[in-house]
Amino acid sequence: MSLSVFALTGAALVGLGVYGLLARAHMLRRVIAFNLIGSGLFLFFGAAAARSTDVDPIPQALIITGIVVALSTSALAVGLVVALARSTGKAYLPDDEGGA
Amino acid sequence: MIALIAGLTLPLLAALASIALPLRARVPAALLGVALTLIASLWLAVEVWHNGPVALLLGGWPPPIGIALQADGLGAALGVMTALVMVGVALAARVELAPSVAGARASFGFWPLMLLLWGALNAVFVSRDLFNLYVGLELITLTAVALVAISGKAQAIAAALRYLLFALAGSLLYLAGVVLTYAAHGTLDITLLATRAPAPGDALALGLMTAGLLAKTALFPFHVWLPPAHSAAPAPASALLSALVPKASLLIVLRLWFEAMPDLAAPSALLVLASLGAIAVIWGGVLALVQKRLKLIVAYSTVAQLGYVFLVLPLAGGDGAAQPWAAGAWTGGIFQMLSHGLAKAAMFLAAGIYLAAVGSDRLGDLRGQARALPMTGFAFALAAVTLMGLPPSGGFTAKYLLMTAAFASGQWAWAFVLVGGGLLAAAYLYRPLAALFAREVARTPRPISRLWQAVPLVLAALSIALGLLSAVPFDFLQIGRPDQAAEGL
Repeated sequence: MSLSVFALTGAALVGLGVYGLLARAHMLRRVIAFNLIGSGLFLFFGAAAARSTDVDPIPQALIITGIVVALSTSALAVGLVVALARSTGKAYLPDDEGGA
Repeated sequence: MIALIAGLTLPLLAALASIALPLRARVPAALLGVALTLIASLWLAVEVWHNGPVALLLGGWPPPIGIALQADGLGAALGVMTALVMVGVALAARVELAPSVAGARASFGFWPLMLLLWGALNAVFVSRDLFNLYVGLELITLTAVALVAISGKAQAIAAALRYLLFALAGSLLYLAGVVLTYAAHGTLDITLLATRAPAPGDALALGLMTAGLLAKTALFPFHVWLPPAHSAAPAPASALLSALVPKASLLIVLRLWFEAMPDLAAPSALLVLASLGAIAVIWGGVLALVQKRLKLIVAYSTVAQLGYVFLVLPLAGGDGAAQPWAAGAWTGGIFQMLSHGLAKAAMFLAAGIYLAAVGSDRLGDLRGQARALPMTGFAFALAAVTLMGLPPSGGFTAKYLLMTAAFASGQWAWAFVLVGGGLLAAAYLYRPLAALFAREVARTPRPISRLWQAVPLVLAALSIALGLLSAVPFDFLQIGRPDQAAEGL
């Protein structure tokens, strides 16, 4: 029961993230949207990979590794957004300026 | 096995050394790391050639708990190609990314990024675990994005951010597929997945992973990020981005469809993937034809040349795996990856020489430069021979093998793509060649050292030699090949 709550929450986070990624042009919002998708996937992973009552250590190890990877990617992305904003004064990609 | 470990750890150690050491010792340390990793890659290939696939269980834990590494013919061959390109890029970068030329920031950042990229590529070439492959892909993405942005110009940063968006979307799709695979089977090891009991979610998982990898490989219609990203970087970085980075995601596509889940390779799915490849060949060629800058022509050519590899899927995959032409088609696809890597690196490095000598890569400004810089002009022409698929180059062998397989299997429609793509390549490469070999000289170039000029020439010559001496690499690529088909063709 509780597992399916986690899995559904994860799926909802992924959906929210995908919406943010497609509908929002502001680069910081997109970075947050990516993190939402990633977190949703990890939550789903933890719930869906629990195959029996025993603790399966592999998803835990993989989720922790994935969080580290996501953190480093976000750091690079935020750094690039800051560099873009400093040099152009905008946090949008050139083609997406009309977006919200 | 030591060579396998050395190929993974030496680039990382050298990357750390090139950050931590005093200013004067950084470049020598990086070059030493390049030399040692080259030796490790060659040594690994020799070991695979003599003893078959080299395997290593990390920490002695067997899958599904542990992670298995294995260098087969395919992984080791890509490792050697990577090493050759890296050496060429390092020699060119010594000049092109000297602090006095490129600025302190780019010259500091390039060496660790290049070495980290090398380590990540080697990790992907030998990994047998889907999650380990994900981590390797992410490392490649992080270093590649940083290489695009290394100049610090607003245009380069925007190109890097757009690249990052596509690459991250690709990673998340891939990761979603990995999650579903683990939830269904409790393992992520490619060898174990091949023997799994089919589950209903497998097709969705494979589709998600493939879609993510296509975005990273820049297959049509996901190619829009590639040309601005590859042309915004300094030439040695573009050579790495174009020759090596897409090969990692391509390799994973092949491993998924041929090794992990070959039972899911339905003809319709293979047809869709190969059709996207065929569209990429034509569309990339048409866009390359209308560009006015040399680097953009070379970048769009990458979109077209990578499309060929997807023709392997219907020719050697699915029901065709047991057919006599499968070995030829499989090897043709890999030959395309190898020869494209060498030739494209040579082209970008030649473009870098022209940028340094003339100060522009507009075709109009390059008129007559073959007379002033004959070695570079010759290198560009040799690389063009491979990309057009003219004999006796590696590109010819690749397209010949694919075309033979297309006719033998009765799927002759793909032969039209091969011929059409070759004609388009001849057309879009004729324009820079005609400009370079024009009689009048548009601009007087600055002198370029012969050693620097020799680098792209050697890489281009290697891509030709791959065709002339194709028997040995052909046999090499069969080592550890997933489906040992009868060698009929």
